[in-house]
Amino acid sequence: MNDARGDDTPHVVVEDLVFRRGRKVVFDGLSMTVPRGRVTTVMGPSGTGKTTLLRLIGGQLRPESGRIWVDGEEVARLSTRRLYALRKRMGMLFQTGALLTDMNVFENVAFPLREHTDLPEELIRNLVLMKLEAVGLRAARDLSPAELSGGMARRVALARAIALDPDMILYDEPFAGLDPITMGQIVTLIRRTNSTLGLTSVLVTHDVAEAMEISDHVVLIAEGRVMDAGTVDQVRAGASQWSEQFLDGRPDGPVPFHYPGDSYRDDLMRERESGHG
Amino acid sequence: MGDFLANLGRSGLNWLSLLGRASIFLFRVLRSQDAVVRRYRLTLAEIHSVGVRSLLIIVVSGLFVGMVLAYQGYITLVNFGAAEALGGAVALSLVRELGPVVTALLFAGRAGSALTAEIGLMKTTEQLSAMEMMAVDPYRRVFAPRFFAGFLSLPLLAAMFSAVGVIGGYLVGVGLLGVDSGSYFSQMQSVTDWREDVLSGVIKSIVFGFVVTWIAIFQGFDAEPTSEGISLATTQTVVMSALAVLGLDFALTGLMFT
Repeated sequence: MNDARGDDTPHVVVEDLVFRRGRKVVFDGLSMTVPRGRVTTVMGPSGTGKTTLLRLIGGQLRPESGRIWVDGEEVARLSTRRLYALRKRMGMLFQTGALLTDMNVFENVAFPLREHTDLPEELIRNLVLMKLEAVGLRAARDLSPAELSGGMARRVALARAIALDPDMILYDEPFAGLDPITMGQIVTLIRRTNSTLGLTSVLVTHDVAEAMEISDHVVLIAEGRVMDAGTVDQVRAGASQWSEQFLDGRPDGPVPFHYPGDSYRDDLMRERESGHG
Repeated sequence: MGDFLANLGRSGLNWLSLLGRASIFLFRVLRSQDAVVRRYRLTLAEIHSVGVRSLLIIVVSGLFVGMVLAYQGYITLVNFGAAEALGGAVALSLVRELGPVVTALLFAGRAGSALTAEIGLMKTTEQLSAMEMMAVDPYRRVFAPRFFAGFLSLPLLAAMFSAVGVIGGYLVGVGLLGVDSGSYFSQMQSVTDWREDVLSGVIKSIVFGFVVTWIAIFQGFDAEPTSEGISLATTQTVVMSALAVLGLDFALTGLMFT
């Protein structure tokens, strides 16, 4: 796997992943691949562990069993030094942006460059301005994170994520809580960043429409495993009942509207029998 | 009875687990201390934020504590016709006890709570995670410089507190109560022993600096990433620091007297 890095080699391979939080099983034998140079979206209901999956791919969490390879390297087995080397080739966009609040926009984007390179100040300035121009916020470079709207913060975070020219970007809920205009800007940016820089993008989201619009590859997860995976058309065509419900946003179906419990009739009758009614 | 035992066991286990996490955290912070020199600009910035910004509260408190000490000391000493010994009494109380202890308590309230809240918020807003994902080690970038800054600042602040306290005592003792200025200082010099008194105070403040900063930074790091979590962690910092300082003061005083 290490030597064959043609275009067809998957960028990320997840195999039989098992992960628990306390007693809750988050992933129970999840397997999936992320093709290189494409936009892959992992979708699923809230609380299915989509963000956890990104953290496992980024090596911030360790799986209980199963394996994750990124670029041919098994993440959980890497030493800290090699894990950090891998992370330099991997950008991550957090849902909140996660900008460093004690620095302004310019310094935030310059942060990875200053930490990992010895470039002269002039060059850092030019690089930062280029990255900020790419996300349309060159003129906002002197603002502090507190002065940015949610969408702007995410764009600055994107500029920071691409500062070191990574091979892959992980997006954690990039569309959550955005107005339509900002949403459109982020959608365009993700697609443009992917095609111009030729990198692999992994999104986790539950915004079906936007995700389907920009994805090449879709993975639907629920209950700790993959429900459906493939290209957008494949997933739409061969969707299971569960996936149909999710993609169409139907309130009832394989995922019931009612929280599982005793029957409604029994519950009401019991009230009457016990004299509370 | 069963419930009581279960609760006791659970809280015991929680404490042990907390202590374990705190020790591992401390070990990793200490292992990253080379970053303090390599990233001296960050360290200087933290010394400024933790130490220099605490100066005002320390100086003002020191002044008042010194003035109160002079009043109280004078009332006792004058009964024995030993009002001239006021300088020594003020200096000894400050250097041995009040300097290190009160400074540590004030430091926990001013700088410790700020450190906890800052780090807790960095955790809540995923800044620490973001650093890790940018291949920047938060132990070297965030914790090590802050730990060193707190550890270094507290003994210096305690020295400042004692010095200002001596001046406060002078203002009240000599200025208001009429103690002879020459005796105030000569008594102070003859009574205060460098090794016995000053050094023991310095050792105390070094220990307090270590413990208070450790508690403050760890509480921020260990906080639940919610607003309640940060509020609880900040409170815990002040409460635990105060208890640790007073308990350790007793232990250290006991050790140094024997």
